[in-house]
Amino acid sequence: MSATIEIRDVAKIFRQFSGMFSAPRMVRAVDGVSLTVPAGGCFGIVGESGCGKSTLARLILGLHPASSGDILVDGRSLMAMPRRERARLIQPVFQDPFSSLNPRRTIHDIVGLPLAAQGISGKETTKRVHAMLERVGLRSEMAGRLPAQLSGGQRQRVAIARALVLGPRIVVCDEPTSALDVSVQAQILNLLAELRRDMGLTLVFISHNLAVVEHICDEVAVMYLGRVVEHASTDALFRAPTHPYTRALLASVLTPEPGLGIPDVGLGDSYPDPANVPPGCRFHPRCPMVTDVCRTEIQVPRRVGERVVECMLA
Amino acid sequence: MSALLEVNGLRVRFNEKAEAVRGVSIAVNKGETHCLVGESGCGKSVSALAVMGLLAKGGIRTADTLSFAGQDLRGLTESQMSRLRGDKMAMIFQEPMTSLNPAYTIGSQMAEVRLRHRGGSKREALDRAAALLGRVGITAPGLRLGQFPHQLSGGLRQRVMIAMALMCDPDLLIADEPTTALDVTVQAQILRLLMELQAELGLAILLITHDLGIVARMAHRVSVMYAGKVVESASAEALFAAPTHPYTRGLLDCVPIPGKIARGAQLGSIPGTVPRIPLGFQGCGFRDRCAHADASCATGVPAQSRAPGHDYACRLPAGWTTEQAA
Amino acid sequence: MSIRKIAATIGAVIVLGVLLMAVFAPLIVPHDPFAQDLNLRLVPPSFMEGGRSDHFLGTDQLGRDYFSRLIYGSRISMLIGLATVITSGLIGITLGMLGGFIGGRADMVVMFIITCRLSIPLILVALAVVSLVGSSLTVVVMTLGLLLWERFAVVTRTTVMQVRTLDYVAAAWAAGCSRSHILLREVLPNIVHHLVVVATLEMAIAILLEAALSFLGLGVPPPLPSWGLMISEAKDYMFFSPWVIMVPGVSLFVLVLGINFLGDGLRDMLGATRDA
Ligand SMILES: Nc1ncnc2c1ncn2[C@@H]1O[C@H](COP(=O)(O)OP(=O)(O)OP(=O)(O)O)[C@@H](O)[C@H]1O
Ligand SMILES: Nc1ncnc2c1ncn2[C@@H]1O[C@H](COP(=O)(O)OP(=O)(O)OP(=O)(O)O)[C@@H](O)[C@H]1O
Ligand SMILES: [Mg+2]
Ligand SMILES: [Mg+2]
Repeated sequence: MSATIEIRDVAKIFRQFSGMFSAPRMVRAVDGVSLTVPAGGCFGIVGESGCGKSTLARLILGLHPASSGDILVDGRSLMAMPRRERARLIQPVFQDPFSSLNPRRTIHDIVGLPLAAQGISGKETTKRVHAMLERVGLRSEMAGRLPAQLSGGQRQRVAIARALVLGPRIVVCDEPTSALDVSVQAQILNLLAELRRDMGLTLVFISHNLAVVEHICDEVAVMYLGRVVEHASTDALFRAPTHPYTRALLASVLTPEPGLGIPDVGLGDSYPDPANVPPGCRFHPRCPMVTDVCRTEIQVPRRVGERVVECMLA
Repeated sequence: MSALLEVNGLRVRFNEKAEAVRGVSIAVNKGETHCLVGESGCGKSVSALAVMGLLAKGGIRTADTLSFAGQDLRGLTESQMSRLRGDKMAMIFQEPMTSLNPAYTIGSQMAEVRLRHRGGSKREALDRAAALLGRVGITAPGLRLGQFPHQLSGGLRQRVMIAMALMCDPDLLIADEPTTALDVTVQAQILRLLMELQAELGLAILLITHDLGIVARMAHRVSVMYAGKVVESASAEALFAAPTHPYTRGLLDCVPIPGKIARGAQLGSIPGTVPRIPLGFQGCGFRDRCAHADASCATGVPAQSRAPGHDYACRLPAGWTTEQAA
Repeated sequence: MSIRKIAATIGAVIVLGVLLMAVFAPLIVPHDPFAQDLNLRLVPPSFMEGGRSDHFLGTDQLGRDYFSRLIYGSRISMLIGLATVITSGLIGITLGMLGGFIGGRADMVVMFIITCRLSIPLILVALAVVSLVGSSLTVVVMTLGLLLWERFAVVTRTTVMQVRTLDYVAAAWAAGCSRSHILLREVLPNIVHHLVVVATLEMAIAILLEAALSFLGLGVPPPLPSWGLMISEAKDYMFFSPWVIMVPGVSLFVLVLGINFLGDGLRDMLGATRDA
């Protein structure tokens, strides 16, 4: 399969100033990620809060400059690409349907924004906006409304319409359903799956809901503290998780099956801090299988069969 | 034996236009976890706050029965209520940051709860706090006692909240979405902790959540709420094995269950969105979204029983199927 | 209607009233505000003992009609208030947007300028400038305008910083919108309600400062009737003719109160987007 997105050893380090006289904290939000996202699929990224998922998404979208590394789409570097051209290629859908729409502009203007940025205006915009609204399941009369007059699910549909109105090849969804109720979440997931099939999109789907990821993604990358610790096809990953963190993550998924109780994850209570990365394997302070080597030796991604794992025990 | 917490016909409204809770009945027994599940805005938190007597200003509560350990809560004064709160009935909130005071250390806040209700020396209270922090799986409790809330991660703060709720050996613990803000791994740890504590101390837990996974794994009994009413109430096994109210069935169809539904297949979904129910509303609150609603749904909702302890509020017969209803 | 809405309405009525008064002053005044009549000095208002029906608010120490002077004085107050807000707003909002939107080094420079401005003693500098350059309307407006921008800058900077991180701004970047589009169409409309409050606050402060300068004899030069100047001129007579100080004093108080009420009301009105 041809690669759409190629992420090459990308890192993003934020400097956090904590005071005039103390040294800035270096937050290693994304710390050397290499991934290949195949064309036309749904690529899931999972991991706990603060592990760098959103930062990676923003790097792909070009909203942050990378500290190092490169991201290529069809062999062309995104860093060098003009923003307007990149907009025609990649579009985002964000998590919070309240903050992702400008509260002071009408739905028409919001969905038409990417068109306006490309210099398209007037009748053409209206025509395409209306068509797009219908496509995501909204009536075109909604175009005149303000975001405040819409429900959370409707807002998320508007955000999807905005992302698709230019006909991009890649859509990066950063937790698009986390803020929604289950009944609405199902509607949005169905819509995304349908649009992906019909428009031949490549979806990058970030979520911490593993059941959802398992349901709609073909490939999954698991992130921990700024790095991808395991990357495999959904089947392989969910059938036989290899990295200890992936195992813990999958073990803690609570499917609605009564009588199974709550699993013991065995991760302890220490929480990772991206400004203070532990030496050796960065998962070792919480790893139930930790050995002495893990405390000192830095892990590198290894290919094990069809998957890539960053654990020497795998 | 009567239940530890018994609520019947609980109603809450904040203004003349809408009723947030419209006749909720729940019973929680000793040593039992009762889950209250439903979508955002259906009145779960308001019900819990009404039981605790913690409604925001302007909230008006009425109930047919509201008793805790045989004591009628309706007639209690605010000071009697506050003596009960944090003592025999404790509550944990969704966002631990807003319920911990940022200006005081963990230790002094925990000790304060004990001293207020039970007296004794500060030393004893702190010792108990340290013991409980250890019990909820916090390493180095001595260190944590001296820290401020903002120095702890979300998971740690939630553990502190649980330990704090246990300071006076409560009989009833009301937990309002205690893990929604947390990562799945931390969530599993916190929920496991609650289960262990329950087994150990015989706690009754009223657990509020919108996550059906949590319900399935934690609950002995489940009450499904929709638009301010309990629409179905059953034991966890019965509810998942034989969901009867159309809303419950719709809700269960919405969540992808690996193995049950093929990857990439359409998920079931409930069309429309949660309505606002005006005061004096008649009939079933779900009828606008229900595929099986008919004219009778606009006037009244029969309370039916599928089996002993499995009640639902719908006109459809217990074993209805989609074809029959249509 | 809530108390806040009532207050806002009262504020709007006051400000609008004074504004109309200022604009149409030549049409409303019953007398020439500059015409002296030394035979009729310090006549009390018509509703007081010894008042005359043709001088509604009496006359001042030079026998000029007080009501007419009050109306002409509103012109000075409004003019100073508006002109100062426009000048200081332009400076402050520009600086604030630069710092808040671009961030990094630009922000450090902006913060430095703000800190410098904050360490300048406002009244002293205003006094020094006016006494050096000489007092005229333009000098007062320019001095106040150049000194009163820091609140605009601080508020703009912080609110822009907040809005800048919101997802709809990120979406606009990803859509390929230009910087100026994002700043003017996405960010600015969402901070306007904060700026309106600052603007009203600054306007009230400018009006009061002008009054203070005029009181010290360093504001607008006589015989222009400014409310502050009227208070200043009246101070020698206040024990025997208290209304000469009451009338402009109360007017000033009511106007400043009205402006603040209006500001709060506008903020509530413009800020309400969530639950429309
Ligand atoms: N603009 C920024 N400046 C400084 N630090 C940042 C910035 N953005 C993110 N970070 C830090 O980088 C780390 C990764 O953040 P990121 O938002 O990518 O996590 P995430 O995996 O998306 O988490 P979540 O599941 O909570 O959304 C966090 O520790 C965060 O505090
Ligand atoms: N203080 C209040 N004043 C007015 N209305 C309120 C107040 N608190 C809650 N409500 C209303 O009561 C209804 C139920 O709210 P509640 O907080 O119980 O929902 P919930 O089921 O807990 O939802 P969530 O899952 O979002 O927490 C909502 O429609 C809400 O708008
Ligand atoms: Mg994120
Ligand atoms: Mg709630």
